[in-house]
Amino acid sequence: MPFTHVAALLPLDTLGHYLHWHFIEISVANFIVIVLMVATFITALVAPFPGRRRRKENQ
Amino acid sequence: MSYTEIERQWTTRLRRRFVHLLPPEKLLPDTQPTYVSSWIYVFGVTTLSALVVVIASGSLLALRGPQWWHTSSVGHFVNSLHLWSVEIFFFAMVVHLWGKYFMAAWRGGRALTWMTGVVTFLTSIAAAFTGYVSQTNFDSQWISTQAKDGINATGAGAYFNVLNMGQMLMWHILLLPLAAVVLTALHVLLVRIKGVVPPFEEHVEVNA
Repeated sequence: MPFTHVAALLPLDTLGHYLHWHFIEISVANFIVIVLMVATFITALVAPFPGRRRRKENQ
Repeated sequence: MSYTEIERQWTTRLRRRFVHLLPPEKLLPDTQPTYVSSWIYVFGVTTLSALVVVIASGSLLALRGPQWWHTSSVGHFVNSLHLWSVEIFFFAMVVHLWGKYFMAAWRGGRALTWMTGVVTFLTSIAAAFTGYVSQTNFDSQWISTQAKDGINATGAGAYFNVLNMGQMLMWHILLLPLAAVVLTALHVLLVRIKGVVPPFEEHVEVNA
């Protein structure tokens, strides 16, 4: 796919989108990054780590 | 040179102190405790790996200069590599920070490890900021003119002028990366000395 087609999917020359909640104002892009960080953190806590069971059995 | 003289040499004493503090098997251990086999322990080394890419891509940008990273396709690629490795660096560092915060990673005499991590985080924010104002494009002009009032309000503007492109570039490519790398090395060495923080012990209630 040519670069211009990709750029058309994600236009970067438009005004940013912002979320407002009382005194809190945050761009949608930053909000998505924070949501992804929280999701990664929770996944890291609950996702099984490869080889963990085998290591425990060996001990 | 007598044996006593060798014993009194500062190099001998310093080497013994280092080896006592961090013997080779602790500096490069063969294994880690079982509790380290969790995804939450992965983000420290992810941050470290991203830092290596940040420094390598930044070095390439420094070698070729702004005309290259603004106009050539390879330059655009390396420029993007530098940006996205920084994004991953901060992303992983924040998850690492949350993980360590909820583990109370300063336990067991690890206060200095925690504090070097905090200072490295703050130094990295300053390094990223000076990078944004050193891009030599409209974005960097916008960010620096927006930031100047805030910086000047703190009084730091007399020494740290965000509109001074040369000064910001020097901070970005020498002082702050040097500080970040030295602090990171110190942080990793402290982790090696004290070991990775264990999870909280489970309190089992025994019914009589």
